[in-house]
Amino acid sequence: MSSWGSQVDALDVARWQFGVTTVYHFLFVPLTIGLSVLVAILQTLWHRTGDEKYLKLTKFYGKLFLINFAMGVVTGIVQEFQFGMNWSDYSRFVGDIFGAPLAIEALVAFFLESTFIGLWIFGWDRLPKRLHLASIWAAAIGTNLSAYFILAANSFMQNPVGYRYNPDTGRAELTDFVAVLTNKVALITFPHTIAGAFLVAGSLLVAVALWHLIRNPDSTDTPAYRFAARFGSWVTLIAATVVVITGDIQGKIMTQVQPMKMAAAEGLYTTESPASFSVLTIGSLDGSRELFAIKIPYLLSYLGTGDPNGTVHGIDDLQALYTAQYGPGSYTPIIPVTYWSFRFMIAFGLAAAAIALLVLWSQRKGRTPRGKWLLRAGLAMPILPLLANSFGWIFTEMGRQPWIVFGEMLTRDGVSRSVSLAEVLTSFTAFTLIYATLAVVEVKLLVRYAKAGVPDVTPEPEPDDTDDADRPLAFAY
Amino acid sequence: MELTTIWFLLVAVLFTGYFILEGFDFGVGMLLPVLGRDDRERRVMINTIGPVWDGNEVWLITAGGAMFAAFPEWYATLFSGFYLPLLLILLALIARGVAFEYRHKRPEASWKRRWDHAIFFGSLIPAVLWGVAFANILRGVPLDADHEYVGGLLNLLNPYALLGGATTAALFLTHGAVFIALKTVGDIRERAAALAVRLGLSTAALAVTFLTWTLTIRSSAAAVVLAAGAALALVGGLAAAKVRREGWAFTGTAVAIGLAVATLFAALFPNVLPSTLDPAGTLTASNAASTPYTLTIMTWVAVFFTPIVLAYQGWTYWVFRRRIGVAHIPQH
Repeated sequence: MSSWGSQVDALDVARWQFGVTTVYHFLFVPLTIGLSVLVAILQTLWHRTGDEKYLKLTKFYGKLFLINFAMGVVTGIVQEFQFGMNWSDYSRFVGDIFGAPLAIEALVAFFLESTFIGLWIFGWDRLPKRLHLASIWAAAIGTNLSAYFILAANSFMQNPVGYRYNPDTGRAELTDFVAVLTNKVALITFPHTIAGAFLVAGSLLVAVALWHLIRNPDSTDTPAYRFAARFGSWVTLIAATVVVITGDIQGKIMTQVQPMKMAAAEGLYTTESPASFSVLTIGSLDGSRELFAIKIPYLLSYLGTGDPNGTVHGIDDLQALYTAQYGPGSYTPIIPVTYWSFRFMIAFGLAAAAIALLVLWSQRKGRTPRGKWLLRAGLAMPILPLLANSFGWIFTEMGRQPWIVFGEMLTRDGVSRSVSLAEVLTSFTAFTLIYATLAVVEVKLLVRYAKAGVPDVTPEPEPDDTDDADRPLAFAY
Repeated sequence: MELTTIWFLLVAVLFTGYFILEGFDFGVGMLLPVLGRDDRERRVMINTIGPVWDGNEVWLITAGGAMFAAFPEWYATLFSGFYLPLLLILLALIARGVAFEYRHKRPEASWKRRWDHAIFFGSLIPAVLWGVAFANILRGVPLDADHEYVGGLLNLLNPYALLGGATTAALFLTHGAVFIALKTVGDIRERAAALAVRLGLSTAALAVTFLTWTLTIRSSAAAVVLAAGAALALVGGLAAAKVRREGWAFTGTAVAIGLAVATLFAALFPNVLPSTLDPAGTLTASNAASTPYTLTIMTWVAVFFTPIVLAYQGWTYWVFRRRIGVAHIPQH
């Protein structure tokens, strides 16, 4: 008597909680992924050239990196626990396959990342210079490696491979681990996600440096900021290029393995060949009426199939196909969500790249960037790719619905049966409150330290246990 | 040895490692308002674990991941069944982790005080709740024939489990005090050493009571030996603390925690989560396990990477082996 009504509600709240905590977690992850490498590159430049400006930039952006890193770490534990806490039937169903990449991620990547971050933070005066430099690289490698394993796990949900369904246990069982790790969705999602992360990190470099350059063009640290702005702009542009290329390939793979997601991205109801791409459609998205539309002929066919005249299947046909295959029910995602998140992802990502071009132009032939509008654009820059990343994930996860594992398990069948509505409401509220509070604290700290500018640096004494063991630590919490 | 047994052992080892390492992190956090008389002393305490706490926490993430990969049913039933305690642990770990990183970022006393609270409660809550959780695992919980948890929150707050929570909190407090005595110089070292001995006596009484109670619920020859070893190690550690052999004292509390956790796992085996209702609901190392194929792959990964992880993590402790005192704390 209690089950149906309350079960659906608990399911909704569990989904909202997963969405909110995951999008929130992924605000910090891209900066950690991208900035760890960029800081490592800055420190390498200092190591190679001895130029103090690189050391200043290393320490400066290193601080911003660490303020962000802490948030990524603590919100990451929630992610691992949440599968078991809120999605226990899902965990039972896929544990044989899905648990392995998670365990390997922790053992191979997280230990590396966390241990060497500790060595890097506290090791300025304890480690020989080369070893200290190696520490930030080890941490950066760990971070980027972790992305691969979790994306391989996620890709199994999009395009399950390397398994068989065991009717005796009612579970999916691993048959080919290499196939799981080389899932074509994982192979293309990894560079796409990493490039998206560098889009954020490059943009942050630019935004902070530009702020200082425009506010205080005569500072003695101007050469450092000029370098950071240019370096960050190039990183952003290269990352944007990789995002576009990998996104294009991803679209074609998606059209093969999850045609409904491609149709939902476009709001394409009827199968078309050739299919045009809707830049903007205003009207009823249930497909009944179109009030206004800008369309580019052939483009959707090209994006989906690589052939301008290729066939792209429509939602209605796929719905009929899946009903025949999986039984009665709706197999269509929420179209306005997929349609708009797909467009926002593209638009925000491209906007960041455009601003990067603008920043490079403003510094052509040694000029000093200036102007209120350039400053505003620069400050908007890191927010744009963060939004693009978030919408990208919202698109790819919402576009998979109603499946939790495409073609194998529905999202509603994966939720924990033993967790009540009251419990999941409690956790959702608690996470939202603590996350909102910490977001305010984190952003304020980032702004404070970004405004403080690059630090003065004194050459670090070489580590030596006998020499003045009582001198203060180079860094302390 | 069967693969499921190997993985039961590995999960046990990961949790044992986690409690030994985060045990002193939690202890330091809980002692912050007790031993740290001013901001500089509190910073000394925090900096004894500063470079290592994050790596220590990864033992938990790895243990959770290993449980998910090797025993999905165990992971699923346990994490959904112990929902609210785990939620509290997560919130505590979030607050504590951010506090370590953010506390020194602003000079205001009110700012630091707020993060000190986060560190204290962020250490106390998991220190108690992990004991409650593991005591319940050992005691068994109401599981139906589908291995679903059918008890409520109150089922988890039974006297035995509460004693378990008090025991882990006391063990971690003592372990933390011993660790601070080992890692600091000056006045704070003296006070930590004295506190360790005072805390140690009640801790030993709690631990012996809890382990004895444990062995009356479930037991095996190995569990009895391990429990006796835990008691001996704790007493030895305290004796060493008394005579100020701080390295040996730390070894003693570390071994005591390790053997106490091992006692629970040894008494539990071959079950992983016993049901107090239908015996068919009991989860065991075999009915909760993944396929042999998955376990084989995971075994190779573990065999290859675990020694590497242990090597570099151990090396970190060597790099930061020096004691610190108030003189080492920089102004900013």
